[in-house]
Amino acid sequence: MSTGPGLESLVDQQISVITNDGRNIVGILKGFDQATNIILDESHERVFSTKEGVQQIVLGLYIIRGDNISVVGELDLDLDRSLDMTKLRAHPLKPVIH
Amino acid sequence: MLFFSYFKDLVGREVTVELKNDLAIRGTLHSVDQYLNIKLENTRVVDQDKYPHMLSVRNCFIRGSVVRYVQLPPEGVDIELLHDATRREARGG
Repeated sequence: MSTGPGLESLVDQQISVITNDGRNIVGILKGFDQATNIILDESHERVFSTKEGVQQIVLGLYIIRGDNISVVGELDLDLDRSLDMTKLRAHPLKPVIH
Repeated sequence: MLFFSYFKDLVGREVTVELKNDLAIRGTLHSVDQYLNIKLENTRVVDQDKYPHMLSVRNCFIRGSVVRYVQLPPEGVDIELLHDATRREARGG
């Protein structure tokens, strides 16, 4: 089947990955495989908290194991730029409980 | 295979996918694969104030292994058809 929800269309684009332990990692998708293992370039983590705005922590080149991935989102760059990360307050996402 | 085919028939419908981390994402079903990985378009998180983590995401891929529920439009459910299909599968034919 050709129309499966592969990640081909997101290669070389900015994506936001939510992991099973509730972390949010943003970077450029460089590669992936059947098991949703993912290679992210120029990545950073966005840390949400209720006390202060979103912290961005530089991670660089990352490989995330598919087992540990919940959601891969395509970042809308205009929308993303229009967000004021310093004003966002939220609890960190809960970990996935299987 | 049954639910794979079932979800394929729902492509284009508006669904809400509830994840095992309590996040609920609503969007148009774009595609499904054999692992029941799901791709949604025009997504929005159901409780955006509580979960602003995906504010700048409009299209997303959800790994099948983290899906807890998929909420379907009532008109997308044909109970008779599902009954027949599940019984046929249970008989092994």
